[in-house]
Amino acid sequence: MSHKVIVPIGPYHPLQEEPEFFRLYVEGEKVVDIDIIIGYNHRGIEKLSESKHFDQVAFLVERICGICSSSHPYAYVLAVEDILGGEAKVVPERALYIRTVVDELQRIHSHLLWLGLAGHFIGYNTVWMWAWKYREPVLDMFEMITGNRNNYAMFKVGGVRRDIKDEDIPVLHKTLDELVPALNMFKGAVMDDPVIRARLKRVGVLTKEQAIEWCVLGPTARASGVDIDIRRDEPYGVCDRLDWKVIIEKDGDIFAKTVVRILEMYESLRMIRQCLDAMPRGPIDADIKDVPAGEGIGRVEAPRGECLHYIKTDGTNRPIRHKIRAPSFMNVASDKVAAVGGTISDATITLAAVDPCYCCTERVVVLKKADNQKVMNGWDLIKLSQEKTEQLRKALGDARGK
Amino acid sequence: MDTKERIKERLKANIISWDEPFPRRIYFSVQPKDIFDTARFLFKELGLRFAIASGMETPQGFEILYHFSDDKTGIMYSVRVLIEDKQSPQIDAITPLFPGAEWIEREMWEMLGINFVGHPNLKRLLLSEDWPEGNYPLRHTT
Repeated sequence: MSHKVIVPIGPYHPLQEEPEFFRLYVEGEKVVDIDIIIGYNHRGIEKLSESKHFDQVAFLVERICGICSSSHPYAYVLAVEDILGGEAKVVPERALYIRTVVDELQRIHSHLLWLGLAGHFIGYNTVWMWAWKYREPVLDMFEMITGNRNNYAMFKVGGVRRDIKDEDIPVLHKTLDELVPALNMFKGAVMDDPVIRARLKRVGVLTKEQAIEWCVLGPTARASGVDIDIRRDEPYGVCDRLDWKVIIEKDGDIFAKTVVRILEMYESLRMIRQCLDAMPRGPIDADIKDVPAGEGIGRVEAPRGECLHYIKTDGTNRPIRHKIRAPSFMNVASDKVAAVGGTISDATITLAAVDPCYCCTERVVVLKKADNQKVMNGWDLIKLSQEKTEQLRKALGDARGK
Repeated sequence: MDTKERIKERLKANIISWDEPFPRRIYFSVQPKDIFDTARFLFKELGLRFAIASGMETPQGFEILYHFSDDKTGIMYSVRVLIEDKQSPQIDAITPLFPGAEWIEREMWEMLGINFVGHPNLKRLLLSEDWPEGNYPLRHTT
C-alpha cells in the first residue's frame, strides 16, 4: 500500500530568495506529483506601466527583479526602439558598447549567485561562501560604471545614462583578470569533484523534447541541447561584433546546467574585455523626445534566458499596453517534469536548478496543511539533501580506500 | 522554401492581413477559430518556439498576439486574433498542443476574462484565491 505524503516548500522558505510555494506529493522517497503555486510577488507592474511616461517605465521595470535588473530595462528600451526603427539605427555606437558591458557583467554576478545557492543546497557551504565572495568585485565594477551595486539606472530610450570613464577602464580590466583564477577554481571544484558529479549527474533531467515542449529558455534549455541564445539569434548591443560562443550541453541534468553557467561566465568575461578595448568615443544618448504610434518587441538574453517585452503605443507619451515575459515564467513551469520521478532529497536542488526568479515571474506556490498529513519544513529538506551528499562523499571516500 | 513563404503558402486561406513593420518582425492576423490550427502548424510542423502571448482590450474587442520565435533567423512571428464578443470572450486553448502555453493562458483568463476552451487546468495563476469573481485587472472597462 502506498502512502502519499505532501511536502510543502514555501511560501516563505529560509533558503530561497523569494516567496514561492511548491507542494510535492511523495510516495516513500519518490516525488510523484508537484503543484506549483505562485502569485505572492505579483505587483501589477504591467498595469502600472500604462500610467508612466516612457522615461519612467525604464526605472519601473528595473525594479521587477534585483538580480537581472539590467535585462528588464534593456528589453523595454529595445521594444521602444523597435518602434523607432531598431536599436542599431537609433542608439550611438558608444552606448551600444556600454549596454553590452553592463548586460554581460550582470550575467557573471547572477551565475555566481546561483552557483553559491546551488552549492549550499547540496551541502557545499564553502562553494556558497566563495561564490558570493567573488561576486563582490563584480558588484564593485557595477558601482564604478553605474554608481549602483544593483538597480543600475543605466538604460534609457536612445542610449545610456552614464559614460564609462577612461581612467576606470584599466581598473575594470584588472578586476576582470583577478576574477579568472576564481572561475578556474569553481570550474575545477565542480567538474573534477567526484562527489558533485555523483550528486548532480542524471538528477532532475529535462530531456530535449521536454525542453522544447515546455518552451524553456536560457541555460535551462541549453543544458538540454536546445541551441538558443538571443545574443546570437537576434543580436543586440554589439554582441554580433564580438568573439564568443554559445555553450551547449546535451544531458539536461543539473550537472549540465551547472557546467553551462560556469562556462558562460568565461564567455561573458571575454565579451566585456573586447568591449572595453574596442569602445569608440562619442555621444552616449540620442536624446529621443517622442515615440510614434506602433508596436514593438524587445528581447535580451537575461542570465536565465530570453526576457521579452512587448510595447504598444498610440503616439502619446505612455504605452497603452506593456507585456512583460521573464524567462522564469517558462522555466519554473518545467519543474513539473524535472522534479517528478526523482527522490525527495533531490527536490531542492532540482527546483533551484532553473535558477527561478519569482520577482520576475510574479508567481508562487501555496501550502495548506491538512489533517493527517506529514509536514516537513524547509530545513528538513535541505538537511536531507545535504545528508545525501555526505553519504555519497563517504561512499566514494571508502571506495578509494580512504 | 523559407519559413515565411511556407507560412504564407500553407495559411493563405486563413491570413486576413500581413504586416512587416520592422526587420525581423512579422505580424499577421487570423480568425479566432483558426488559432489552434495555426499554432499547430507553427509549433509542430515548422518547429518555431512559442515565446509568449499578450492579450489586451481594444475598442473593437479583445486582441491576443501569439508570439512565435524562429530562432534560426531571429524573426518573431506574431499571430494576431481579435475576439469581437466583449460580453463573453472565448477562444480555443493551445495548451493541449504543448504544455508551455498553460501558464500564460491561465494568466490571460484571470487578468482579462477570456475563456480558453479546452484548457486542461484553467484556474488562477497570480491572483489570490479571494480575488472577487468577474473583476479583471487588465480590462479597461470592468
